[in-house]
Amino acid sequence: MIEKADQVFILLAHWLASFLPGPLQHPAMVLLGVVGIIVTFPALFAITVLLERKGLGRMQNRYGPNRVGPYGIFQPVADGIKSLTKEDIVPLSADAVVHFLAPVFLVVVVFMGYAVLPIGRNMTLVNMDAGLLFFFAIGASSELSVFMAGWSSRNKYSLLGAMRAVAQMISYEVPLLMSSLAVVMMTGSLSLNRIVDAQNQYSYGLPHWYIFTPWGFAGFVLFAIAATAETNRSPFDLPEGESELVAGYFTEYSGFKFALFFLGEYVGMMGISGLGATLFLGGYSAPLQILGFVPSWFWFFSKIMLSMCVFIWVRGTLPRLRQDQLMNFAWKFVLPLTLLNLGVAGVWRFMGEGLMRWVVCSAILLVAYVFMARIGMKREHFGPRSYRYAE
Amino acid sequence: MLGEGILKGLGETAKNFAGSFVSAERLTTVQYPEERIAPIEATRDFPFLVYDGNDWEAGMRCVACQICEKECPPKCIYIVKSTDKKPDALGKPQIYPARFDIDISVCMSCQICVEVCPFEAIKMDTEFELSTTDRFGGLLYDKKELSKSNEHYHKIHPTEAAEVDARLAEEKAKADAKAKAAAVAAAAKAAAGPAVPAKPASPAAVPTPAVKAAEGDRKE
Repeated sequence: MIEKADQVFILLAHWLASFLPGPLQHPAMVLLGVVGIIVTFPALFAITVLLERKGLGRMQNRYGPNRVGPYGIFQPVADGIKSLTKEDIVPLSADAVVHFLAPVFLVVVVFMGYAVLPIGRNMTLVNMDAGLLFFFAIGASSELSVFMAGWSSRNKYSLLGAMRAVAQMISYEVPLLMSSLAVVMMTGSLSLNRIVDAQNQYSYGLPHWYIFTPWGFAGFVLFAIAATAETNRSPFDLPEGESELVAGYFTEYSGFKFALFFLGEYVGMMGISGLGATLFLGGYSAPLQILGFVPSWFWFFSKIMLSMCVFIWVRGTLPRLRQDQLMNFAWKFVLPLTLLNLGVAGVWRFMGEGLMRWVVCSAILLVAYVFMARIGMKREHFGPRSYRYAE
Repeated sequence: MLGEGILKGLGETAKNFAGSFVSAERLTTVQYPEERIAPIEATRDFPFLVYDGNDWEAGMRCVACQICEKECPPKCIYIVKSTDKKPDALGKPQIYPARFDIDISVCMSCQICVEVCPFEAIKMDTEFELSTTDRFGGLLYDKKELSKSNEHYHKIHPTEAAEVDARLAEEKAKADAKAKAAAVAAAAKAAAGPAVPAKPASPAAVPTPAVKAAEGDRKE
């Protein structure tokens, strides 16, 4: 029974495919998996948008949307209908083909990332040996769509937003990769399934998640920072900083194309949350051994939704960074720490079992953190502004 | 320490989030169509015409002097004087407005018409839900739509209405005293000498200087 609940989607797909003749069964299974992903994550996107609007409202001591349906739960439906019925405007001098392709490309790329994510036990669409590499390669091409949007709009705001986005995403791609490299070092595999299997063990009923190690914790925090910047999420939402650039790279988008950008952004956030959960939070494994009876996919989705809530919480708290602060933070703070974290992961690996490696690794990371905070992020103090000619 | 401020900020938003479910004072939003807060006493938007008593046509204070029409900055008031006279609230025959229209869509709520009116006939209303499907006819209010009772005025601006009532009562008392004195004088004259024609305009002309004087008092 527990096994059946765990594998319910697989069994459902098998049952549906069994109506087809033999040679068609395998393609049908793959197709069903794709359809499942394409249906599930936009549904989660709708829930997330509602959560975000309600949650941000509560953080700012207001109600948030509460008009459509009881407690406003049908707000995403209303939003969808609105964006579908709105006029689709393409600027006269825009490159119409690229302008159209950009949002489509973003959504395609973002959904492709899910191909390698282990959503549950035996629920990886493509069980790739280099799954992590595939995810990052696909994730990096979302920058292209952002730049396509900014360039083809023929709008200064769009172009500035796109330039900012590309600069930021490339800068934060490096620490994102570096922080997940520590996990690859420890597991010895780029396969996301193997990474989850390595964490899906328990001692004293507690899981072997990588976040419960010094290097894993540091790696997770750095990964979270880089992932926030990678998805253009507040406080790193400079590419669409509405107070400076109207809406950044999607200034010239309206109607359903805008909705696609919106969808792409959130589905991308969920994808990178899923990757973070897979790498550091044990993927689909239960947080306690006694909770092992709950289906594995439930844990994966709850981890994703939990990290979405954290994204929302951070957005409700922090103001936007300045461009130079953003770059300084990436290159002078996050990147050195991720490099050091790789070394710490090596130390952890070769010091053997025991309390000693906990002490040593934690000490290295703590000292580095304090040192980097003091030196690396030191602010330049400018004196009071002086005027030579005016006054 | 780096990151301390971020944690503090996260704590603050978490407190807001949790607190908004617990304490209702945090949520200051008034959910308008269902919830309303009473307007403050100084609220004003568009003018209305005050009438005394129960009949809006008989009790209308306006005497169609057209001062408000001339003073109105956006010229949203349109008045046609009547050719006949009818007794006003004090019982004297007065000209009354045959037409009195205000185009609410043009009015800018400046209250100048209220300030210049010597007869306390036009005042500012607080009714704001005036939306209509006809933007030309629907927002052009005629005499009937503009007329509202003195009780309504008392309800929306109690302090101001009480002052106005006191002033009007005082003027009425003065006018009555003067009329009485004039009547006494006329009676004395009639008794003393024969057939001196009494001044015809005295009942109609008397209140105007009294009102003007009152106006002067108010301006101080």
